[in-house]
Amino acid sequence: MPPSNVRALRLAPERVPAEGRAAEIVSLADWPSVEQPVVPLVPKSAPSRARRLLSVIGHNPLAVSGGAILLFVALMGLTSPLLYPGDPLAIVAEPFIWPGTDAAHPLGTDSLGRDMLAGIVHGAAVSLQVGVFATFLGLLIGVSVGAVAGYFGGWTDVVLSRVTEVFQTLPNFVMLVVVVAIAQPSIATLSVAIAIVTWPGVARLSRAEFRTLREKDFVLAARSLGFGHVRIIVSEILPSALPPIIVTASVMVASAILMESALSFMGLGDPNVVSWGSMIGAGREYLRTAWYMCALPGFAIMLTVLALNLLGDALNEILNPRRQVRR
Amino acid sequence: MSEHFILPRGDGPSLLAVDDLRVAFGEKQPVKGISFEINEGETLAIVGESGSGKSLTALSIMGLLPAGGTIAHGSIQFEGREITTLAPREARALRGGSIGMIFQEPMTCLNPVMTIGAQIIEALRQHQSLSRKAARARALELLDLVRIPDPHRRIDDFPYQLSGGMRQRVMIAVAVACSPRLLIADEPTTALDVTIQAQVLDLIDRLRRELSMAVLLITHDLGVVSQWADRVVVMYAGRKVEQARPDAMFGNPLHPYTRGLLNASPRLGDSYNYIDGPLYEIPGSISSLAGDRGCAFAPRCAHVRAGCRDAVPALATLSHGRQVACPVLLSEENRVTAVDL
Amino acid sequence: MTSVSRAARTAWRTGLHAVPTALGVVVLSFLLLQLAPGDAVDVLAGEAGSATAETMAEMRAHYGLDKPVGQRLVSYLADLAHGNLGFSPRYNMPVTQLIWDRLPGSLMLAGSALVLALIVGVALGVLMAAREGKATDRVLSVLSLIFYSVPAFWIGLMLIVLFSIKLGWLPSGGSQTIGSSATGIAAVLDQLRYMILPTVSLSLFYIAIYARLSRISMIEAKGQDYVRTARAKGLGETHILFRHVLRNALIPLTTVAGMHVGGMLGGSVVIETVYGWPGLGRLAYEAVMGRDFAVLLGILLFSSLLVIVANAVVDVLHGIIDPRVGGNDATK
Repeated sequence: MPPSNVRALRLAPERVPAEGRAAEIVSLADWPSVEQPVVPLVPKSAPSRARRLLSVIGHNPLAVSGGAILLFVALMGLTSPLLYPGDPLAIVAEPFIWPGTDAAHPLGTDSLGRDMLAGIVHGAAVSLQVGVFATFLGLLIGVSVGAVAGYFGGWTDVVLSRVTEVFQTLPNFVMLVVVVAIAQPSIATLSVAIAIVTWPGVARLSRAEFRTLREKDFVLAARSLGFGHVRIIVSEILPSALPPIIVTASVMVASAILMESALSFMGLGDPNVVSWGSMIGAGREYLRTAWYMCALPGFAIMLTVLALNLLGDALNEILNPRRQVRR
Repeated sequence: MSEHFILPRGDGPSLLAVDDLRVAFGEKQPVKGISFEINEGETLAIVGESGSGKSLTALSIMGLLPAGGTIAHGSIQFEGREITTLAPREARALRGGSIGMIFQEPMTCLNPVMTIGAQIIEALRQHQSLSRKAARARALELLDLVRIPDPHRRIDDFPYQLSGGMRQRVMIAVAVACSPRLLIADEPTTALDVTIQAQVLDLIDRLRRELSMAVLLITHDLGVVSQWADRVVVMYAGRKVEQARPDAMFGNPLHPYTRGLLNASPRLGDSYNYIDGPLYEIPGSISSLAGDRGCAFAPRCAHVRAGCRDAVPALATLSHGRQVACPVLLSEENRVTAVDL
Repeated sequence: MTSVSRAARTAWRTGLHAVPTALGVVVLSFLLLQLAPGDAVDVLAGEAGSATAETMAEMRAHYGLDKPVGQRLVSYLADLAHGNLGFSPRYNMPVTQLIWDRLPGSLMLAGSALVLALIVGVALGVLMAAREGKATDRVLSVLSLIFYSVPAFWIGLMLIVLFSIKLGWLPSGGSQTIGSSATGIAAVLDQLRYMILPTVSLSLFYIAIYARLSRISMIEAKGQDYVRTARAKGLGETHILFRHVLRNALIPLTTVAGMHVGGMLGGSVVIETVYGWPGLGRLAYEAVMGRDFAVLLGILLFSSLLVIVANAVVDVLHGIIDPRVGGNDATK
């Protein structure tokens, strides 16, 4: 018969832990070594975010090309006044010059004789301005609402969540059309309108983050030190809540650019500037004879948005290794 | 315990014979050549810590190695038939048909969106041509067999409505649905409460007798081994280091690793108990994926000699089917007398 | 608990939850209406060109546009309770009537796009998951990211260039052959031809989303313990894929697909404009151009309510697919 104490004996604990293998390995390290010094199997100190960013991007050719495209578009937008000084809406040549047939106008001219390349270069500035400004506003509203709702909880949360839900229920693009139709279209109003339809998503995300984080020790510690709510929200919780928000931001810029282009295409954009969407809208009537007028600016939109999405995927990999952004 | 000996245990004809099985994941070999046999109607326990290769051995028999894993060498014969080279179709007929398997995590092993009845019926109808009605009737019988109270009410429950112990019973019902010749139980009670563990193991043992099947019990719990196994194989770093009947192993462990497991003092006869002092711990950690030179246990072994690190010790076969892979201890005079215990 | 009673319970809970949201949408619509500069009378007068201040005031009184805000909200709510969304002076028709007339077109377009996106998206996701890490997976991943990045209206125009102008296979716009006297199956087939391009354009973006999402959740579901159990039962791979993996992988997809009903309705605004498809989207566009805010906000309100209904349906559906939703957990 086995000795009575056998039941008390176990090998290395083999509970299947929620976190999988890592915990198993650590549990084996619980056995100290006599002969050789114990190498503690604590997870290696994580490399700094910047280093990780570089290493992931280095191993991800798609992210690199995304970054390169975006850099190119940004440069194009920033230098547009130098590249094509003067009004891109000015008539400079014969109409309907096909791309590649006239060295003076490499991408041809449109139905009125305006230079296509000038339009695309200036359009880059408009697209990026709207994208960045709308995203900034959307983040500002969304993070504020989400932070307050998640941090305070209770009735504040109930009310704010309800308001968020109302805005999320409105079909984005219909709401966008309504807002732009009411306000006079300009880069500023377009950005505000886009922010109005995009903030609810950010609010939900940051509410969830703040709800989890407010229970953490470092927040409780800050509270016990008598820090004010604003200080705790802004300087204690926000930095930890940022990673998923940053990932969302890159996707928000992409969708803001898409929304702006659709509005401009329908003639609801800023009539005083040239934008990729309005160029497609203008070319639409000549689809049969000069389809390049639609194809080229659309291609520019696609490349820019694709670049942003590629970067978003890479950021997601770096900042939320275990999380999946669902859209 | 006497009820366990109603049937002569472990003396039936050989049901499963594993010979020099090696499992490879690319360059690495977590199972480095293991051989054992299971006779009809007996319970063989494989003991070892995480990473010893015991679960991979079990999964090899089922033909269910995780992606990337292959049987690099060796043979597995079931009822005299080689099963490592079966066509997928034949292998499927074996799985769930002649060999059933239950796993460690009853909470996640059942499909959350199917009723437990449907999951049992699915197994039945895969291997037997039963009408829906007949299969459902059989599923009710099986639920009753594994002692699920009120099977008629429970059969349409979803897994989330059952406790862990109940789910493991359902898993057992699925595994024995087609009256397999061999039941592989991979850590069947590790995830369960201590009070439930004995119930589940009792159930497995009762089914073993009622359905006259053999059981391959994979565990790290020596208490389980002492009470329910007919023979024990101790695995370390992908190899068998000792094989014995439980009474012999607990009475006189031969391999230093087994001794470490059993908290045995170096000298036989000392009644060293855990109440007398802190539990003995085997120093170091398993390095199953380390190189092939020498005894894998050498870095942690208190009896290590110079030669231990040069060659993998061969398994020495002693009387009563006992085997041990440690020449150092065997050569010590005072051991030899104790060998035939 | 039976799945029927569970579904009923979920439906009840969802319904209750939807009431305040619907109220919020109504109030928001009204507030937006108040913000709108000018009104339909201004537009009509401008178009007629010869309206005097007197006749305009008369028209305002006629349409109830001259009353104070509070009073107008009350009458707005009262009208809503009777299913009255106001009157469009431009179309000389009740807004509700206008919306009902255009609704089938939009539902058909959005519905077929959603179905197409789900079928193709899930199929692609399953394929990518099956070939995880291999060339097929990589190519399709990049392709889905491209679909995800393309503006729907632009792909619509490019499809017209290819399939209508260059190849001449499909019509470039409209909803049926004008003057066609076809009936029965021929009429249906005729309309189907007109639906292909708008449906494809609208669905590409969602195909990309569902492909990416179902790829991830298929890969996740495949590694679950219950799949190993299914293999241990000796089940065939196809059976395991459909009965065990796919069913679990689809659960997150139903939630997301519900959220996309609103997106589809919004997206159809642009697509309907591109293809001249007679639906709510085109009506919205015409309303914007004609400054017909009653119609525009009627559409906003109506489509929001549609989204609420769709979400409720998805919740119930979710409860049917996933037994853990809406039931009592015995273990917790």
